[in-house]
Amino acid sequence: MVDHHHGDHHHGPAKGLGRWLFTTNHKDIGTMYLWFSFCMFILGGTFAMIIRAELFQPGMQLVEPEFFNQMTTLHGLVMVFGAIMPSFVGLANWLIPMMIGAPDMALPRMNNWSFWILPPTFLLLASTLFMEGGAPQAGWTFYAPLSTTYAGPSVTYFIFCIHVLGLSSIMGSINIIATVMNMRAPGMTYMKMPLFVWTWLITAFLLVAVMPVLAGAVTMMLMDVHFGTSFFSAAGGGDPVLFQHVFWFFGHPEVYIIILPAFGVVSQIIPAFSRKPLFGYDSMVYATASIAFLSFIVWAHHMYTVGMPVAGELFFMYATMLIAVPTGVKVFNWVSTMWRGSLSFETPMLFSIGFLVLFTIGGFTGLMLSIAPSDFQYHDSYFVVAHFHYVMVAGAVFSMTAAVYYWLPKWCGRMYNETMGKTHFWISFIGFNLAFFPQHFVGLAGMPRRIPDYALQFADFNMLSSIGAFIYGASQILWLYNVIATIVAGKPVHDAKVWDGAEGLEWTVPTPAPYHTFETPPKIDPAHAHS
Amino acid sequence: MLRLSANPTINTVIKLVAVAVTMFAFVFVVMVPLYNVLCDALGINGKPAAQAYTAAPAQVDESRTVTIQFIASNNEGMPWEFAPSTTMMKVHPGAVNGTVFHARNPLPVAMVAQAIPSISPARAAQYFHKTECFCFNQQPLEGETSAELPLQFIVDQDLPRDIGTITLSYTMFDVTDMVGAAVVAR
Amino acid sequence: MGFEAKRLCKLALGPVLLLMSVLAMAAGGEVSEYNMEPGVTELGHRIYDLHMVILIICVVIGVLVFGVMFYSIYYHRKSRGAIPATFHESTKVEIAWTVVPFFILLAMAVPATTTLLDVYDNDAAELDVVVTGYQWKWKYEYLNENGENVSFFSNLRTPQTEIQNTEAKGEHYLLEVDEPLVLPVNTKVRFLVTANDVIHSWWVPQLAVKRDAIPGFINEVSSKPTEEGIFRGQCAELCGRNHGFMPIVVHVVSKEEYATWLSTKQSEAAEIKELMAQTFTLDQLMERGKAVYDANCLACHGANGEGGVGKAIAGSPVATGDLGHHLDIGINGVPGTAMQAFGGQLNDVDMAAVITYQRNAFGNNMGDIVQPIDVYNHKKANWRS
Repeated sequence: MVDHHHGDHHHGPAKGLGRWLFTTNHKDIGTMYLWFSFCMFILGGTFAMIIRAELFQPGMQLVEPEFFNQMTTLHGLVMVFGAIMPSFVGLANWLIPMMIGAPDMALPRMNNWSFWILPPTFLLLASTLFMEGGAPQAGWTFYAPLSTTYAGPSVTYFIFCIHVLGLSSIMGSINIIATVMNMRAPGMTYMKMPLFVWTWLITAFLLVAVMPVLAGAVTMMLMDVHFGTSFFSAAGGGDPVLFQHVFWFFGHPEVYIIILPAFGVVSQIIPAFSRKPLFGYDSMVYATASIAFLSFIVWAHHMYTVGMPVAGELFFMYATMLIAVPTGVKVFNWVSTMWRGSLSFETPMLFSIGFLVLFTIGGFTGLMLSIAPSDFQYHDSYFVVAHFHYVMVAGAVFSMTAAVYYWLPKWCGRMYNETMGKTHFWISFIGFNLAFFPQHFVGLAGMPRRIPDYALQFADFNMLSSIGAFIYGASQILWLYNVIATIVAGKPVHDAKVWDGAEGLEWTVPTPAPYHTFETPPKIDPAHAHS
Repeated sequence: MLRLSANPTINTVIKLVAVAVTMFAFVFVVMVPLYNVLCDALGINGKPAAQAYTAAPAQVDESRTVTIQFIASNNEGMPWEFAPSTTMMKVHPGAVNGTVFHARNPLPVAMVAQAIPSISPARAAQYFHKTECFCFNQQPLEGETSAELPLQFIVDQDLPRDIGTITLSYTMFDVTDMVGAAVVAR
Repeated sequence: MGFEAKRLCKLALGPVLLLMSVLAMAAGGEVSEYNMEPGVTELGHRIYDLHMVILIICVVIGVLVFGVMFYSIYYHRKSRGAIPATFHESTKVEIAWTVVPFFILLAMAVPATTTLLDVYDNDAAELDVVVTGYQWKWKYEYLNENGENVSFFSNLRTPQTEIQNTEAKGEHYLLEVDEPLVLPVNTKVRFLVTANDVIHSWWVPQLAVKRDAIPGFINEVSSKPTEEGIFRGQCAELCGRNHGFMPIVVHVVSKEEYATWLSTKQSEAAEIKELMAQTFTLDQLMERGKAVYDANCLACHGANGEGGVGKAIAGSPVATGDLGHHLDIGINGVPGTAMQAFGGQLNDVDMAAVITYQRNAFGNNMGDIVQPIDVYNHKKANWRS
C-alpha cells in the first residue's frame, strides 16, 4: 500500500543536553513527554500510596488530616494534568506524523515550548508542599469557597500552574489539529486516518474549547482571592455553585479528553492482534464525535445534590444516559473485531483486553451514577471513587501501557521481554481489581470519599483495597525495568512490521524508526481502506 | 472557508487561537451573566430578585393561605445578633405583608453587613416579591446599637398550587472590609 | 454466526442466573456491608429498588458482552489455528446495537423519572429542621411556630485517644456524636440545609437524604422515616481538615418520646437563659464544672488533669496563668491541634463552670470564679482578635 522513501539521513540528532532542550523533532519531543509523564505517574502514584497507607486501617497512623487532603488533591492534579494528559500528547507526537505520512508536526518550535513549560510548572506545584500552609487541599475539583476564601497562600501558585498547564495543552492541541488538517500525505483522506489520529483530532478540539474555560474559572478564583470580586462568594452577591458549573463545564469534556485517545489506542491494537480489520470504522468515528458533543451538555450530573430545579436534573440525567449509546457502540465494535479473528495475546493485547473489560465495568457504574435519584445515595461516596478509577486507570493508564508495549519495538528497535510484560499485566490486573473493586462496596455501604479515617465496618474492604493498591503500584516498577532493559539491551528487531497483524504507515518505516521519517510523502493506495 | 493567511498551517492556527480566546471570553461574558439571569428568572438556588418589586398590586386571593417561615443566621465570623421577629406567618397570595428582623451589633466598633436572601423551595423564588427589603442594601450599624430591619413582600397569586410553605432565609455576612472594594459579580 | 450465537446465549445464561441469585441474597440482609441501604423511608426503598434494577440490567448486559468476548478469546485464538475472517462492518448489526440500547435506556428512564419527581415533591412537612454545616460540626435548629426554636450543635464524640490509636476503638467509632438529631417516627420532616463557612453535604444513607449545604443559600430535602432506630451518616463534601470527623446521628423515636424530648430541650434552653443572668458560688460552679469537664475534656486531658492526647491541666501554665488567655483557649481552641474551639459548643454557663473548675481542681487552687457574664463579655470583646 505504501511506497515508502527512506528519510535521507543527512542529519541526525544533535549531541548532548542541547539535543533535548532545543529539539523540534517530534520523536524527541514525544519521548520527553512520555518520560515526563512517567515521572509524574510515579509521583502521583507515591501520593496514592501515602493515601492508601493511611487508609490501611482505621485510626490516624501516618499523616495529619490536612496533609492527607493535600495528598488527595495533588494525586488527582498530578495524575490528570501531569501523567495522563502529557502521556497521550507524547504518544500523539510520536505517532501522528508517522501515521499520516508527515515529516514532523506542523509547528515544531511551538511543540518544544509546549513541552518545556511543563516540568517547571509541576516543580512549582510540588514545591507548594513545602510552603507555609501546605499544598492546595481542596481536592482536584477545588470547589469554592474552600479553595478561595478558606485556602492557604499556595492557592495563587496553584492558579498560576493551572494557567500554564492550560496553555501547554492548548498549544499542544493546536499543533495536533494543524498537523492533522494540513500535513496528511496525499491520498490520506480523513476517513482513511487511523482511529488513533481521529480520536486525537476530536480530543484536541475538545481541549481548545474547554481549557480556556478552566482558565476562566481559575481567573475568577484569582480575582476573588486578590482583587475583591465576589464571583463565588455569596457575601458580594456571587454564588459558590457558579464555580461548580464553570468547573464541570470544563471538567466533563476533560474526562473524555482523557479517555478518547485511549479509545484510539485500543482501536489500533485490538485489530492487530485479532489479525482482522477494525469492525465498524465509520461508526467508531461517529461515536467518538457524538461522545465529544454530548460531553458539553452533561456537566451538571456531577452536581445532582446542589439543589437544581427538577427540570435541570431530568435534562442532565437523560443527556448523561444517552452517552451509553455511542460508548456501547464502541465496546460492541471492539468485541466484534475480536470475533472470529485469529487472536494472540502478547502484552499489548492483554492490556487492551484488560482495558475493554475494566472500562466496560466503569461504563456500567457510570450509567448507574447517571440516574439522579440513585445518585443521591452514590454521590461523593467511594462508589464514585471506584467508578472513575475504573474509567481513568483502567481506561487511560491500561491503554497507555498497552501503547508503550505495542510501539516500543518500533521506537527503539528492540523487543521487550514478553514474559516480564505478561507478568506485569497480570500483577497490574489483579492489583487494580483488588484495589478498586471493594471500593464499590464500601461506597454503597456509606463511606464518603476524601476522608482520612473511617468507621469500623469499612475496615476489611479498605485493607484489601490498600493491599491491591500496593500491588498495582509495585507492578509499575516491573514496567519501568522492562522498558529500560529493552532500550539498553533488548533483543534487536529489524522487521519494519514488528507485529504480523499491525496495519498503518508507522509500520512501513524501518525499525527502529529513523530520526526523520516521511520527508517525502508516502504514496497511499486510494483503493485501500483505512489503516 | 475563511482564509486568513496563504500558509494553511498559520490559517488553522489563527482560527484555533480565536476559538480558545473566544472560549475564555465566553466564561465571563456569557456563562456568568447567563447564570445570573437564569437564577433570577427560574430561581435556581432560591436566589430571589435583588431589586424591589414595583408591579401594581393585584387581587388578593383570600381563599388560599401560604405559610412563610423566616430563618436568620450569621456567616462565619459575624458577631451580630440577628433574628426574625416572627418565625412564621400565614399570608394570602396577592396581599402586601410586612415584618421586621432584629439586628444588634454587640461590638464597640461600627460595622457594615450584607444580608443574603435565599428561598426554599427554589421554585418559589420567582413568586416571592419583595417590595422592601433590608437585603437590597448594605446595613451599617454603629457599635453596640440595634436596628429593626424591615421587610415587605407579596406572594404571587400564580404560586404553584403544590407549594404550601415558603422558607425565606437570610444569612448575614460581615462586609466591613469589602466596602469600597469593587463588586464585579452580581 | 447464528449457531454460535445460540450456543452463546446458553453459555451466558448460567452465570447471569447465578449472579442474580447472589445479588438477591445480598439484598435480603438487613444491614449490608457491601450494598446500598434501603433504609427506613419509602423513598429510600424505591431508590434501592431502582439501584438494583439498573445494576441487574448492567450485569446482564455485561455478562452477554463479556460472554461473547471470552468465547472469542477461547475459540478464536491463533494457537487453536483460527483463520481470521475479513468482515469489518454490518450496517444491520450496527443499527441494532444503537437502537436496542436506546430502548433499554428509555425503559430505565421511566422509573428514574418518577422516583426523582417524588424526591422533589413539596407536600407540607410536619416538622422543619434547619441543618447548618460548620467546620466541622453540625447545628440543628427546630423551627417552632409557637415560641423559641430549639437549637444545638452536634459534635463528634469519639475521643482523640481512639483516633490516635492509644485506646481500643468503640463500636461506633467516628459515627457517634454528643447530641444526636431526634426525630419523631412516621412524620414528614423537611430539612433546610445551609452552611456557615464552606460547602458541606448532609448525608444519612438510611433516610435516603443527601443535600449540599452551601453558605448563603438554603436547600431543602425531606424524609419520612417509618421505623424507629438510630441512623448514622457523615459529611459527604470535602470541607477541610476535619471533613472525616463530622458525623451525623439521627435518633428516630416514637411521637410521644419526641414530644417529651422536645419539652425537655425547651425547658433546658429556658433554664440556661435564666442561669446566664445568675451569679454562682464557687461550689456551684465546681459541681457543674466537673460534670462538663468529665463530658468534654476528660478524654484528652485525663480524669485528674494529668494530660494525655491533650496537655496536662494540673499545674499547667494556662490554668494557673492569665484568666483571659485561659478563656481564649477554651473558647477559640488552638488551631492546628486537637484542641477544638468550644465557644460555640458550650453555653456560657458551662464554659464559666468548666474554666472555674480547671482553675481550682487538680491542685490548681487559683481561687478564680468565672461567671457566665464574664464569658459573654470575653467573647464580645475578642470577636475579631
